[in-house]
Amino acid sequence: MNPTTEDDPVTTTRERTLPTNQLDAGNDRRLTRRLAHDVAATFPDLIATHQDGIFSGVLRMVPTRHDAHDITQETFIRAYRALLGYDSGRIRDLKLRPWLWTIAVNLCRNAARSRKRAAVTVPLVGDDRAATDTVDVAAEGIAAVIADEWQQRLDTLPGPQRNAIVLRHVVGLSYREIATALDRPVGTTKADVHRGLEHLRGLLAAETEETS
Amino acid sequence: MTSPTTSDVVAGLESLRTSAPSSVMVRTLIETGLADQYTTVTGPTGMVLYVAFNDKGVSAVVPAPDEATFLAIYETRVGTQTFPGELPPRLAAGIERTLRTGKLGALPVDLTRLTEFQQAVLRKTTEIPPGELRTYGWVAREIDKPGAVRAVGSALNKNPVPVVIPCHRVGRSDGSIGNYAFGEAMKRDLLEHEGLDAGAVDATAEAGIRFYGSDTTNVFCFPTCRHAGRITDHHRVTFRSQRQAAAAGYRPCKVCRPAAA
Repeated sequence: MNPTTEDDPVTTTRERTLPTNQLDAGNDRRLTRRLAHDVAATFPDLIATHQDGIFSGVLRMVPTRHDAHDITQETFIRAYRALLGYDSGRIRDLKLRPWLWTIAVNLCRNAARSRKRAAVTVPLVGDDRAATDTVDVAAEGIAAVIADEWQQRLDTLPGPQRNAIVLRHVVGLSYREIATALDRPVGTTKADVHRGLEHLRGLLAAETEETS
Repeated sequence: MTSPTTSDVVAGLESLRTSAPSSVMVRTLIETGLADQYTTVTGPTGMVLYVAFNDKGVSAVVPAPDEATFLAIYETRVGTQTFPGELPPRLAAGIERTLRTGKLGALPVDLTRLTEFQQAVLRKTTEIPPGELRTYGWVAREIDKPGAVRAVGSALNKNPVPVVIPCHRVGRSDGSIGNYAFGEAMKRDLLEHEGLDAGAVDATAEAGIRFYGSDTTNVFCFPTCRHAGRITDHHRVTFRSQRQAAAAGYRPCKVCRPAAA
């Protein structure tokens, strides 16, 4: 099934995200062709193309900005080492974006597991995701507060729903790509995104009521 | 007030898309060995050396008066990206030892960006003791490529880690000190710092003398070989060519190997 024909629960979303998807897919095909020819020379371009997407998504799946930074970096390092071991045919056939996300999602899961172990002795102190590494705190302030509010809403979702919804609507992956990255059936990820959106809309409605 | 729609939720989620910090690219390139880091050390004659390194070892040494000059030279000689960094302690100690002793020793160097031939030329060069001079022809013969004298010269000229790998200890076949990628003056300074008498080398080369022999041992050497240095004036004989030395019944020194055995 072509990802562009997938049913989307929100029509406006399809209009907004699908052209980007097709553009990204074209970029990735060009990248895999060049990677198949020369991994080292092409890899900086792969990072430049995908780092914002990976970082934006991972940032919503882990507790701190520091974790997001480490996992984004580690995703690319593992991807690079894997590519060095692949022959050119395998590289050319790679679906880069879902492949990178498979690595990133696994790293997020492992980090959560080791945090759980560490939490026994070292309790986590607060959420430093809002702490930006830019100097201009005033300009970043409002965006950070809004991002923080969305984070709190996302954190009320069960893990699989949150991950699916982040990959769909923060990163802009297709359902098929999400299914690959999360290693779940396409139908399940669609249902997760749909339920997640409904849940978030409900939260938003409740908040509106409170303030009005 | 209208109640929020799913579109409001989607718009909110899309606003969470952000840029990765620039350090993601930098750290990833460094960790994968796609970019080097660099710092400065003081060279043997007091000059500033920019030293680039990665997980394989020292990847570049560039004598430069300032960072901009270094980056420009690095760009043309090496070409990969490089970022300021700090030497890991083991590498820092290794570099200090190499610069002090003039011997590469166990210091790891990254020559993986070079051809096998270039690597062989540079490895051979590390066998030349401090303060001694060999020739391009000697290197070519020692690596079993006797016809590749010019290619040896070109490989030495592209040495990414000068001083650390002593390409300054290889000169022209007439015995003169010859050219250096960073200027002949620096080559002379490095050799003199190691105890070589550059003036004496010039005079010997100008006189057409290629080898010194000892009439007590009937062995001939490169003029700067430490065994040649032990021959007293009274017993020293000079040769203009290997053939002349061989005709006189002299055999090549086993240490400096001035001719094929």
